[in-house]
Amino acid sequence: MNLLSYIVSRLLQMIPVVIGVSLVAFLAIHLVPGDPVQLMMHGRATPETLQAAHAKLGLDQPLLVQYWNFIRNAATGSLGTSIIQNADVGKIVGERLLPTVLLLVTSAVFAILIALPLSIIAARRSDQLADHVIRLLGIIGFAMPPFWVGIILMLFFGIYLDWFPISGYGRSFGDRMYHLVLPSLTIALFLAPILIQSLRAAILDVMTAEYITVARAKGLGPWRVLIKHALRNALMPVTTILAVNIGWLLSGAVVVEYLFSFPGLGSLLVRAVGQRDYPVIQGLSLVFAILVLFVNLLADLSYMLIDRRVLKA
Amino acid sequence: MEYSKALNLPLRRRLAEEFSRWPMTLKIGSIMFLGIVLAGIFAPWLVPYDPYTQDLNNTLQPPSLTHPFGTDNFGRDVLTRVLFGIRIDLPFGFLTTYVPMVYGVVLGAMAGYAGGFFDGILMRVLDVVVAFPFLVLIIVIVAILGPGIFNIYLSIFLTAWTMYARLARAEMLVERNKDYILAARNLGYGPGRIVFRHALPNVINSSIVFSMSDFVLNIMLVSGLSFLGLGVTPPTPEWGAMIAEGRDFIFEAWWISTLPGLALVVTGAALCLIGDGLAQRLGERRHALI
Repeated sequence: MNLLSYIVSRLLQMIPVVIGVSLVAFLAIHLVPGDPVQLMMHGRATPETLQAAHAKLGLDQPLLVQYWNFIRNAATGSLGTSIIQNADVGKIVGERLLPTVLLLVTSAVFAILIALPLSIIAARRSDQLADHVIRLLGIIGFAMPPFWVGIILMLFFGIYLDWFPISGYGRSFGDRMYHLVLPSLTIALFLAPILIQSLRAAILDVMTAEYITVARAKGLGPWRVLIKHALRNALMPVTTILAVNIGWLLSGAVVVEYLFSFPGLGSLLVRAVGQRDYPVIQGLSLVFAILVLFVNLLADLSYMLIDRRVLKA
Repeated sequence: MEYSKALNLPLRRRLAEEFSRWPMTLKIGSIMFLGIVLAGIFAPWLVPYDPYTQDLNNTLQPPSLTHPFGTDNFGRDVLTRVLFGIRIDLPFGFLTTYVPMVYGVVLGAMAGYAGGFFDGILMRVLDVVVAFPFLVLIIVIVAILGPGIFNIYLSIFLTAWTMYARLARAEMLVERNKDYILAARNLGYGPGRIVFRHALPNVINSSIVFSMSDFVLNIMLVSGLSFLGLGVTPPTPEWGAMIAEGRDFIFEAWWISTLPGLALVVTGAALCLIGDGLAQRLGERRHALI
């Protein structure tokens, strides 16, 4: 199989999932018990405003027509209108997409920076004291809820030491990175234990390969074999591990964004739920799912570019 | 051979033998967990305070001998509320983990064994559910159904089975071609009997190990939802709700938010240790985390 046909078949595989995801997002607004518009307006809507709002949201049309319009609009980036904010949902969500993506990227970078040295040590000293200590730290790290870790980090680095800002999102790029430190560290501390465990297993797995035995037989030191020879192959699954856990990463981001008043998709979701802004909730659920699917696709493709052997399988 | 010999031993000896095979992590985790459960059951006798009664003369007291975890903005003893929180968070975590596990494993095992159309449908449903970040899916369902603990249960029961179905299906795909399954089939047993009586005990191990991480994540989920204001409502001593309440007083009274979180960490660590030990005891490849 060549590169192009792999990409095409991978994209074709996504079609039923995308249809299913869009169906779930579409039906979200229709499964609300009672009239969604009436709920959004806290029961104060008059029959005229109700009718106008229904027409604006397209709720007065047959279900299939509504679904077709939803798909057609979504394909062009339009996700309906928020009655409450009186603005296009696509625009509201679009403004917040970049901060969340940035948060995910910096969190992943932090997680790798934490996990890489620890997993190397754990694999190098497997079943010795250092390995057990790292595993215990991992268990504690995994058991710490992100919103609690965030509060501790805020207290210590934000207030006690006063090193980093504890809320918001800066204006310039540098300022933004500065604001991203604590939220991404919070998510990274939750992600790192999972990464450490997978990386440690990957390194130990690679260490049994023949080319490692050859490198050892040449008389290379254990650290050199590990870092120059084994690590390259052991690192390849990292993209996959990160992609598989993108759902958890985003789940963590929702809570952390809310805690740090960070203007991303997650804090928007929490606000929209509080305001019962159903069009925004609908649009956001679609964007979240597409984001997950896109990251998984990207990981698959990059994995294939790094390791062409995947194509032969 | 060894197994049949073990069956003849008296129960006490068998338990002792089983316990002696437990890895250290499993022993420590189980003891910690048992301690937490007992503390939850006997909470009213362990502390002299009531989790709801306000004492406005004693608000925001720092940790001391009379109030080891301090008091909150209503003068309620934080330790009391943390102990009573066990009664809310643990049953929630237990039910949201093991109820979906039952039908998740059964569905996954049946799909893996049967293959074909049923398997195809199940896999497509799984793909769609997994595409949504878990917390986002729960929040959206809660937004649709309306807030409240019952709807949170419902939303998790609707979605959480997918991970177990996935694990059991993957195991079943390996198991279905093994000799003992072929033998059972040749004896004329129907698929129901083969799946439930023969294969299930062998495909359930990875789900049991995962359920420990899932337990932790589900407790975090309910406390996270409460923290976001979408779960358990304030006067109830739920850990996440307590952390959220204390957030407003974080500058003058750090203990209100941080100490309930410690309860979450200790509970989570106990469950992870059990999961880690179980993975070792059951000879599973996968480890405790995710």
